[in-house]
Amino acid sequence: MIPEIGHFALILALCVAVVQGILPIYGAAVGNSALMAVAKPAARGQFFLVLTAFGCLAYAFAEKDFSVLYVAATSNSQLPLHYRLAAIWGAHEGSLLLWTFILTIWMFAVTLFSAHLPESTRSRILGVMGLVSIGFLLFMLTVSNPFERLIPAAAEGRDLNPLLQDPGMVIHPPMLYMGYVGFSVAFAFAIAALLGGNLDAAWARWSRPWTTVAWCFLTVGIAMGSGWAYYELGWGGWWFWDPVENASFMPWLAGTALVHSLAVTDKRGGFKVWTVLLAIMAFSLSLLGTFLVRSGVLTSVHAFATDPKRGMFILAFLAVVIGGSLALYAWRAPRVGLGGSFATVSREGMLLANNVLLVAAMGSVLLGTLYPLFLDALDLGKISVGPPYFDSVFVPLMAPAIFLMGIGPLAQWKKASLPDLANRLKWAFGVSVVTAIVLPIVMGNWTPLLSLGLLLAIWIVTSAAVTLRERLTHVAGNSLGERLASVPRSYWGMLVAHCGIAVFIVGVTMVKGFETEKDVRMNVGETATIGDYVFRFDGAQDVVGPNYTAARGTFAVSRDGREATVLYPEKRRYTAQNQIMTEAAIDPGLLRDLYVSLGEPLDDGAWSVRLYHKPFVDWIWGGCFIMALGGVLAISDRRYRIAWRRQEPAVPASARAAKRKVA
Amino acid sequence: MNMNWILLVALFLSGPVWAGEAKPLADDPASEARLKHLAVELRCLVCQNQTLADSNAPLAEDLRREVREMIAKNMSDQEIIEFLTARYGDFVLYRPPLKATTTLLWVGPFVLVGIGATALVITLRRRAGKVVDVPVTEDEHRRVEQLLSEGGKRS
Repeated sequence: MIPEIGHFALILALCVAVVQGILPIYGAAVGNSALMAVAKPAARGQFFLVLTAFGCLAYAFAEKDFSVLYVAATSNSQLPLHYRLAAIWGAHEGSLLLWTFILTIWMFAVTLFSAHLPESTRSRILGVMGLVSIGFLLFMLTVSNPFERLIPAAAEGRDLNPLLQDPGMVIHPPMLYMGYVGFSVAFAFAIAALLGGNLDAAWARWSRPWTTVAWCFLTVGIAMGSGWAYYELGWGGWWFWDPVENASFMPWLAGTALVHSLAVTDKRGGFKVWTVLLAIMAFSLSLLGTFLVRSGVLTSVHAFATDPKRGMFILAFLAVVIGGSLALYAWRAPRVGLGGSFATVSREGMLLANNVLLVAAMGSVLLGTLYPLFLDALDLGKISVGPPYFDSVFVPLMAPAIFLMGIGPLAQWKKASLPDLANRLKWAFGVSVVTAIVLPIVMGNWTPLLSLGLLLAIWIVTSAAVTLRERLTHVAGNSLGERLASVPRSYWGMLVAHCGIAVFIVGVTMVKGFETEKDVRMNVGETATIGDYVFRFDGAQDVVGPNYTAARGTFAVSRDGREATVLYPEKRRYTAQNQIMTEAAIDPGLLRDLYVSLGEPLDDGAWSVRLYHKPFVDWIWGGCFIMALGGVLAISDRRYRIAWRRQEPAVPASARAAKRKVA
Repeated sequence: MNMNWILLVALFLSGPVWAGEAKPLADDPASEARLKHLAVELRCLVCQNQTLADSNAPLAEDLRREVREMIAKNMSDQEIIEFLTARYGDFVLYRPPLKATTTLLWVGPFVLVGIGATALVITLRRRAGKVVDVPVTEDEHRRVEQLLSEGGKRS
């Protein structure tokens, strides 16, 4: 009964989505405010309907209702409750429901925080989101229904893939989807502005906080996925350029470009056409990513064809959304004004150059991800595109972008002078170059890549320091504290996010340059030394978990004769699918991680063991969180709070009439 | 200072209690390093998407042993890779070889940057010719602020 309620709620949600997608947009076109007024209640209604459906599926999982096909396929009666609930997004059908649910959450948020928007704009935005929602609901209801019954019911579920039975599974996908789907708001703003022909500075100002919030979620989501892979997969890598990872990274690159381009549109009225295109691109890549990951096309092009209905729907939906919005773009964008003029060497010019590099990087990731699929589909042979390819393509594209990152914030809008910039940055550059060359030599391992990484990281930090110092001389205030306080939060946000990149680069560079690993055969009582740490193997015991049995090794770690920590890596056998999983044990630290994973049992109590000493590895994720923190700082800025405040100041009639394109 | 010495001596004396240093899994660390170097660029053929170095699949273990044997036979990296591609195809290489079908893959990214840069320069040139510089005045800025905070009364 409960699953049928969920199914019915989805059908009702589809009806509401159709109404929401058509009436408000039509109303805005003909200026009928009664039709436009439909948008808000429809969006909220849709939210509650999809919430109901989501709740019903959660209930089926909590109650172990194996008469629901999806529940039987992705959970098991032995599976603990929190993983049963996380199993909602453990496979295709449920993750699409999560996607739709999050879309309606964003819709609901738009209805809450859009009181200051003109009614026509708001109804167009919600209308566009309704149209997107139609696609997803239709997809679920026709070919991918999470509530489909299995009759007779299965006696036992097939269990969630043991790899996914991890706290990361509870939090990573919702975060990632909040980011993916969050770009739908920026997309809806852009389409609404194209429809209404009012791409102006106000449009950019409104889109900015939404885009930044989505970007923050995506950043954190990707970082969590990477961290999860690091500790769960058991071989200590943190990024594999796996198609699934690339699928989330491409929207991030486009979104990063969008955040910067929006800044120019907001401040200077320029790049409007480009910004709109980026908004369309970021969301299209989110859609593509969702489907790439979930359609099975990545495992093999032929898996895609095993369920041609799904495949065709996906292709058609992508074609309609991407093609439709690009067509609208081609039709409306040429009418958009150009904004203020600027020289090639100016902050605008540098941001544009940065955008070109980011988008080219995004294009390369897309190329590398899809290329094997195309070759295979065209019968031109099977190839693998892996980390060596991406590393050799990505680094040369990103290095100049990061170099520009140091100069951009110092360049004046409109027109900057290169000699002047060079003069202001000469110390920062000198310090960076010298440190980057000397530091690796001092640490005893000089490689060109190591130096390059450190150069970029130090360059970001030193140029940010110069930027801040110059900024402080320009703001009001007597004491240093006063002046620091009067620097706007959005400016701090920018600096913090940039420094997050620096922290990230330090992590990547140091791990690549200085990590050490050892594969050893350890008998009970034997020791292995890695870094300055001595690991003593104290044997392995059998332990029993809720749905697995495991061998748990005990490793006493000491440094300079003093006990540092004890680590317990496990080798688990999950009973439902009889699958073996390696649970690495990690001692995290600010300057290094110690990482132990159990290999195979050998004779007389010995084990093959893999040990890692990973300097600065946590800086990789720390850097991502700092970037997201920068985003949060930026949206807490006063200028947005003013926009949020719902009040009616006495606006003179002249200003009210001045609703023409500004800038 | 003295205490440190005593500690150090005590440490040496208590050494045997620790049962000694564990042996490396591989017999020959030098060839193992070469294997590692090769294996990170090779694909485990039966895995979803894993390098030969990372995979624990039995087939990966077999393939690693084969590579070890080839290293023992003093074959060069080039020869080993040629042997593997002859047997398993380009699929086994994570760094796709440059050939007719992969030209686009390898030059694509740099073509993209080239196109982007050219488009950027052309657009900026053309733009410079078209734009009449109407700076956003303070007055207009104020109007934007007002419009932004005015509320949703207008349509």
